[in-house]
Amino acid sequence: MSSQTSLILIIISTALVNNVVLIQFLGICSFLGVSKQMKASLSLGCAVIFVITLSSAVASLLYTYVLVPLELTYLKTIVFILVIAALVQVVEMFIKKTSPAIYNALGIYLPLITTNCAVLGVALTNVQDGLNFIQSVTAGFGTAVGFTIAIVLLAGIRSRIDEEAIPKPFRGAPMVLLSAALMSIAFMGFSGIL
Amino acid sequence: MKPWAERIYNGVIRENPTLVLMLGMCPTLAVTTSAMNALGMGVSTMAVLIMSNFVISLVRKIIPDQVRLPAYIVIVASLVTVVELLMEAFVPVLYNALGIYIPLIVVNCIILGRAEAYASKNPPLMSLLDGLGMGLGFTAALVVIGALRELLGSGTVFGMDVTLNGMLEPVGIFVKAPGAFLILAFLVAIMNACHIKNRSDKLVEGGCDGHCAACGSPCPDKKEEAAK
Repeated sequence: MSSQTSLILIIISTALVNNVVLIQFLGICSFLGVSKQMKASLSLGCAVIFVITLSSAVASLLYTYVLVPLELTYLKTIVFILVIAALVQVVEMFIKKTSPAIYNALGIYLPLITTNCAVLGVALTNVQDGLNFIQSVTAGFGTAVGFTIAIVLLAGIRSRIDEEAIPKPFRGAPMVLLSAALMSIAFMGFSGIL
Repeated sequence: MKPWAERIYNGVIRENPTLVLMLGMCPTLAVTTSAMNALGMGVSTMAVLIMSNFVISLVRKIIPDQVRLPAYIVIVASLVTVVELLMEAFVPVLYNALGIYIPLIVVNCIILGRAEAYASKNPPLMSLLDGLGMGLGFTAALVVIGALRELLGSGTVFGMDVTLNGMLEPVGIFVKAPGAFLILAFLVAIMNACHIKNRSDKLVEGGCDGHCAACGSPCPDKKEEAAK
């Protein structure tokens, strides 16, 4: 298999087949919390794509060139979470200085992403699966695209649900979870394509 | 009610982290494919939560306010690494079953949330009890979800076969991803129904916003309001 097709396979697998939210259950907090508004969901999705791609690149480099030679791989959880937290801070400051327009659109979501378990989850899964640098970045990008697809779809569904007459106990979180369950069933259909 | 009992009651019932505050959803949905996995996840999270609450409460007056969140993250991450290594050594089966969700205890909202909302303001012993109460509430919710999913999805309870020699066909979807969302949706709806019966209008909202103080991370909506 040539390297291009394998990269495309990684993207399809991470974005659709093993969708980060609906199949792997990472980043559920912001998936449920932010999906109230379509615009906010899109912005968060963009911020997540940016941060996850960047952090999986940095985490992959750190792991291969620092932790493995020093035989400190058992410290990966601590190192990764600190790197991600620092990275998000730096990115936030950088965007604030260079482009106020982007900062206004994405800035408020950046701190929220530090505790989004999808970011740490991707970094750890990449290391666990033994992916190389290029594959890690691709997997990170694919995962984040999957997150964006899921949250934007849910935001669309929620904007419709809000106008329906739902039995009172199911208002709020239960209805959102039921929608997510149906989306998850739909995404299971992708498991046949690989 | 005595203060220590109040802490436990608060964690298990009144502010149950999973079913009322809707925090720490990722492990709740991901590892509850069987009651045993759910119990393992609950107990390991509880261990980290008790220790982190205790340690953070001990050092709460030493840590400068500006760097408290990074400091908390380092403390929690260290404790999680300890728990992870212990589990790898002593319960390898559970370690393999829970996989990536063990290191992900670090980013469990419940832990940072309790550190920020309780342990950073209260004495060590009470924080420890708060961790115990919240941990028990989390474990209880996980075991209920895990047992239900296992019963409906594979026809067993804690590994014991209850299908009457295959007379009852288990519904496989409940141990797959959608089943987690379905079971949780119905449990929260039941909680909501109880609240409505008690004439409290508080419905479970879910997700990060709405409970920003408990979540430990700044909320986009609140920040947007503050910016205006």
